[in-house]
Amino acid sequence: MDLLIFQAPILMVQASMDGILLGILFALIAYGMALQWGVMNIINIAQGELVIMGGYIAYFMYLSGIHPAFGVIVSPIIMYCVGWGMYKLVINKVVDKDLFTSILATFGISILAQQLMNFAFGADVVVAQSNFGTTMLFNNSVTLPNAKIFSGVVCVISAIILVIYMKKSKLGRAIRATAQNARAAKILGVDTEKVYAATFGINAALCGIAGACIAITFTLHPYTGLPYTVRSFMIVIIAGLGNLPAVAISGMGLGVFEEWSDYLLGTEFRIAAVFSLLVIILVYRRFKLARKREYLK
Amino acid sequence: MKIRNILITLVSAIALLISASTISFAKVVGDKIILGAAVSLTGKYSSNGVHTQNGYNLAVERINSMGGVKVGGKTYKFDIIYYDDESNSGRAAQLAERLIQQDGVKFMLGPYSSGLTKAMAPVTEKYEVPMVEANGASRSLFTKGYKYLFAVLAPANLYLDVAIDLAVEKNGGKPVKIAMAFEQDAFSQDVRLGIVEAAKRTGSKIIIDDKLPKELNDMAATLSKVKATNPDVLVVSGHTKGALTAIRQISEMKVDVKMLAMTHCDAAKLSKQHGKASEYALCASQWHKSLSYKDKFFGGGMKYDADFTKAFGYAPPYQAAESSAALLVFKDAFERAQSFDTKKVRDALAATDMQTFYGNIKFAEGGQNVSKPMVLFQVSCNDDGSKCENKVVAPTKWASAELVHPIPSWSKR
Repeated sequence: MDLLIFQAPILMVQASMDGILLGILFALIAYGMALQWGVMNIINIAQGELVIMGGYIAYFMYLSGIHPAFGVIVSPIIMYCVGWGMYKLVINKVVDKDLFTSILATFGISILAQQLMNFAFGADVVVAQSNFGTTMLFNNSVTLPNAKIFSGVVCVISAIILVIYMKKSKLGRAIRATAQNARAAKILGVDTEKVYAATFGINAALCGIAGACIAITFTLHPYTGLPYTVRSFMIVIIAGLGNLPAVAISGMGLGVFEEWSDYLLGTEFRIAAVFSLLVIILVYRRFKLARKREYLK
Repeated sequence: MKIRNILITLVSAIALLISASTISFAKVVGDKIILGAAVSLTGKYSSNGVHTQNGYNLAVERINSMGGVKVGGKTYKFDIIYYDDESNSGRAAQLAERLIQQDGVKFMLGPYSSGLTKAMAPVTEKYEVPMVEANGASRSLFTKGYKYLFAVLAPANLYLDVAIDLAVEKNGGKPVKIAMAFEQDAFSQDVRLGIVEAAKRTGSKIIIDDKLPKELNDMAATLSKVKATNPDVLVVSGHTKGALTAIRQISEMKVDVKMLAMTHCDAAKLSKQHGKASEYALCASQWHKSLSYKDKFFGGGMKYDADFTKAFGYAPPYQAAESSAALLVFKDAFERAQSFDTKKVRDALAATDMQTFYGNIKFAEGGQNVSKPMVLFQVSCNDDGSKCENKVVAPTKWASAELVHPIPSWSKR
């Protein structure tokens, strides 16, 4: 088993490609989390549930005979409204409280969302079929499901659109201003309440896109949201807030690292490896920061 | 303040009275034998929990309408008190306590899943309440020396070892190379132990042994390894999510393997969700409607299938069939014990030796059913994949179709 890397080196390409495509998907979810964390200082524990909800929208389109790939258009629209409603109902009451309150609140939302989804959609694990087929590379030894490639492309396009939107549009400017200093933005006439609601909506919409991709590439179940929350949280911690390229790189990097460790060490070490890497990065960063602090003294 | 104190005292006194009076609510009331059951009606096991409940209900209704249970010259009818355990093992243990302590239940039916059965068994054991369970197959349930636990199903380590024997047989009696991926939970790991033993017995070699984390829905790396090492058999067990993920990624990554053996195909509605992609998968099953076991309540498997479908609007998965069988076992034991004494009923249960539509039932020392073999079916689809069927291929005694082996490669499918 140790020699797997020499036995079939071409399959390292497979593992890398799988990792990158997986990472792009996580990066999109993480970007949504980073956005609203940066703007509202809220860590959204219900992030994964928003993703799964978006997935179920695509799944129900599939059940009613529409191709689930259109979910990447429909799902964000519906999820924007869900996110907006969630903000108006709960989040606006905790947005200026301390972090602990908002973590508890979103944790509550996540439990509620799980149970509601279980109630509404049932506890069966479901999949939506895209029938996109497979791309074969290197004399058929590397196989890439087109559904995964499609998801990757969709995620990249949505990220680009979002960046342009944040740079050019009025709302985007308002969001960035609020993130820098909410009070100053308010004084200068930005309706921060509206900005917060829009930010939460955008985050939910991003989750919706990712969810629709997951419906056609992986599986859906009301209780499987948590891994997406944890993974996006990790990516944000590594990349920092408000830094899209870093989010994308750390997302893909973690994806590749995860697939490689699975491929070379065995599946049981996959998650352990990723978390060890996280610990190493955090420790390294602590020392780096400590050195900087010394300069300041 | 004083009035408030008096009020509190009054309310708690009433509460105490009510709870005390429910204790007198006993195991047998009038002509009813009350059984207790905690099943998962909400939470992650709720679909299988409902199958379990439907199985129980169908059997209760059938036994009651066909003369009930005759004990001491009197006819009794079954009745079940249900609670929802929310798919949570802590809750299941609490509910077992509640059923026995508050509701005075003296006979229990099992919950869904090995994990929840494991949580409830110590409680029923403590109060010496016989429990006949139909949905906990983990081997660890039967090695603890429980005296009051009886399972109508075959233990988990026997789920897929038949597949290894089959692969060896198809390989001309020569040992095979086995790749396996199992979720890290009690049930799947027991299935794994069965495979490890079968590999030892046949001299086969395990070349991939992956343990999938519970939250994982991506097996791409495992499948890459399969592609690199080209094993004779790929064995996957990870509940419904594992089955669906495996089929999706095997078909997308065009992984060619001669034999693919899995669990939970039925519960995952594999062929319905994946259509032709699931074709040729071998699945372990406790029961199949085409088996020729018989009893006087349900007739045979085909009739059970029809009756269940009529009552609940969907074809019964084996989880429902085994649940129905649990009631037949209880009825049989009561009539042989001719008593409602828990000790006597327990002894009667231990001496069970009967045939039901679901299979022969005879309990070993540990409480597991040893006289019913597992069956393997293979998914077989029509040309466009719109209609798929499960056909029993092993053991040969029950086989209704020939095993397709090796699985045709993806380039020809």
